[in-house]
Amino acid sequence: MTRFTSLRGVPLSTWLPLGVLIVITLAVAVGPAVLPYRAEEIVGDLWEPMSWAHPLGTDQLGRDMLARVLEGGRTSLSLAAVIAGLAFLFGSGAGLTAAFLGGWVDTALSRAVDLLMAFPPLIFALLAIAVLGNSIPVLVTVLTLFEALRIFRLTRSLAMEIAVQEFVAVARLRGEGIGWILFREILPNGMVPLMAELAIRFVFGLLFLSSLSFLGLGVPPPAPDWGGMVRDNAPAVGFGLTAPLVPAAMIAIVAVCVNLVADSLLHTRGRSRSAEG
Amino acid sequence: MVLTRLIAKRLFGALVTLWFVTVLIFLAVECLPGDAAEALLGKDATPVAVENLRAELHLNDPPLERYVGWLSRVAVGDLGKSLTTNRPIAPMLATRLSNTLFLAATAAAIAVPLAIILGLVSALYRGTRLDRIISVLSLASISFPEFFVGYILLVVFALNLGWFPVLSGINADMGLGEQLHRIVLPALTLVCLVLAYMMRMTRAAVINVLSNPYIEMAELKGCSRREIIVRHAFVNAIGPVANVVALSLAYLVVGVVVVEVVFTYPGLGQWMVDSVSKQDILVVQICGLIFGATYIGLNLTADIVAVLFNPKLRHPR
Repeated sequence: MTRFTSLRGVPLSTWLPLGVLIVITLAVAVGPAVLPYRAEEIVGDLWEPMSWAHPLGTDQLGRDMLARVLEGGRTSLSLAAVIAGLAFLFGSGAGLTAAFLGGWVDTALSRAVDLLMAFPPLIFALLAIAVLGNSIPVLVTVLTLFEALRIFRLTRSLAMEIAVQEFVAVARLRGEGIGWILFREILPNGMVPLMAELAIRFVFGLLFLSSLSFLGLGVPPPAPDWGGMVRDNAPAVGFGLTAPLVPAAMIAIVAVCVNLVADSLLHTRGRSRSAEG
Repeated sequence: MVLTRLIAKRLFGALVTLWFVTVLIFLAVECLPGDAAEALLGKDATPVAVENLRAELHLNDPPLERYVGWLSRVAVGDLGKSLTTNRPIAPMLATRLSNTLFLAATAAAIAVPLAIILGLVSALYRGTRLDRIISVLSLASISFPEFFVGYILLVVFALNLGWFPVLSGINADMGLGEQLHRIVLPALTLVCLVLAYMMRMTRAAVINVLSNPYIEMAELKGCSRREIIVRHAFVNAIGPVANVVALSLAYLVVGVVVVEVVFTYPGLGQWMVDSVSKQDILVVQICGLIFGATYIGLNLTADIVAVLFNPKLRHPR
């Protein structure tokens, strides 16, 4: 088996979703500045069909759907990225600490995580929103918490698996400090599965956030986001129109692509592992 | 005995979790900014109204007493009145809960046998087209938001083909046939969401069992393929498969919330979402408790089933 070194070896199932993701990110980043319409601008009748002027039609107030989708993508994607990033920071930090310190710290952290994971995240989020309201800080905190739980578990088990290997023992005998061992010996060896997990957490965050927005309890207006757009355009289905499918499909496309990339990351690791040993 | 002790341990763990959930749900009211009664009624409420609500929510009692009181009232079904409609919660809860159970049970009745049969078939015919279809389907089911699947089914089967109604509202006056006809689409959405996962896990469990030496032994001794699968492989796969089924049902219980909103189905999930946006905290509490308890119960079932069918788990290393 060849190692993952050159671009030529990358299979179609990896570079295609990667390409799609890059295109979507670029479109979301520069699109709103380039398009002739702004997202808030009313440019026609409500739910106009797709046309050259409005490639994705118009929404429930007659705004250009493409402009809305790109603007909404900024909110949805950046929030999901922030949540995944924060969760990664806290989750892996706590996981490494638990694995390395062991003892009561590990027990306490693991028990707390088990307890929280026994609770369905959506129901927890609904409770939190009922009490604290659906502001962005509340959403980010709740989602980060639940994402961090999974990352904690993975990091902890990876770190424990790696910590007993010879090269860590060698580093210890060499007299390296805790920081060196954690960040130079253990973390780099767990990086690939952690990166795949980060991607999966991103998808989970995007879906979760979109679901909450779809329920009318997510990202507060006026900022458009994909889940909220599905909710706003939902009445179109009653008239036989497919407007809510557009933002919903965007979520689905991004989720599929990220999952595919995560999948190929994990498989590459499996291959190189079996080749080595 | 090891087994009873192990099950007792799991049961105890689930009870601790359940207790934690009740505390969390109880604390939700405590966390309302300022005084809960004032927070719920808004700034321009009369002092009398605030005082009445405070008495109704038992806010004048000390916290511990209030927690015990709330729990014991919930236990006997005294749920109080909704803060927005001022009607008693219990009868409404009964209708909503039975609607949700009806929907979830219908979905499970379709998904579970279908997933097991397809999982079994795909394990036996590995590497065929069916296999590839399953992996594409499971990718879709972990990537597609619930409402996307729901709206696709709605657009195709309700609007273009006209086979099923757009609105899935059911009530007690309808016959079972009509009720079933109305919930086909939401049930189908739920099936789509759990089917692929269950199928893939069943497949993995059966393949895992088939790779055991005793299967090879049975083959060498001249057993027929059917006999191997029915008498040797399937019995040993029951444990992991039942585990997967219980876990999927737990997922289904939560997934039902979004699906109910898509189809405006009068179930518990939609009620909870409604109540969250209206800040009807008593309803949110009881719905959260029911969802949480069901989820924990199903996860516990999955755990116990896994232990019962896999003697290896009874002797932790």
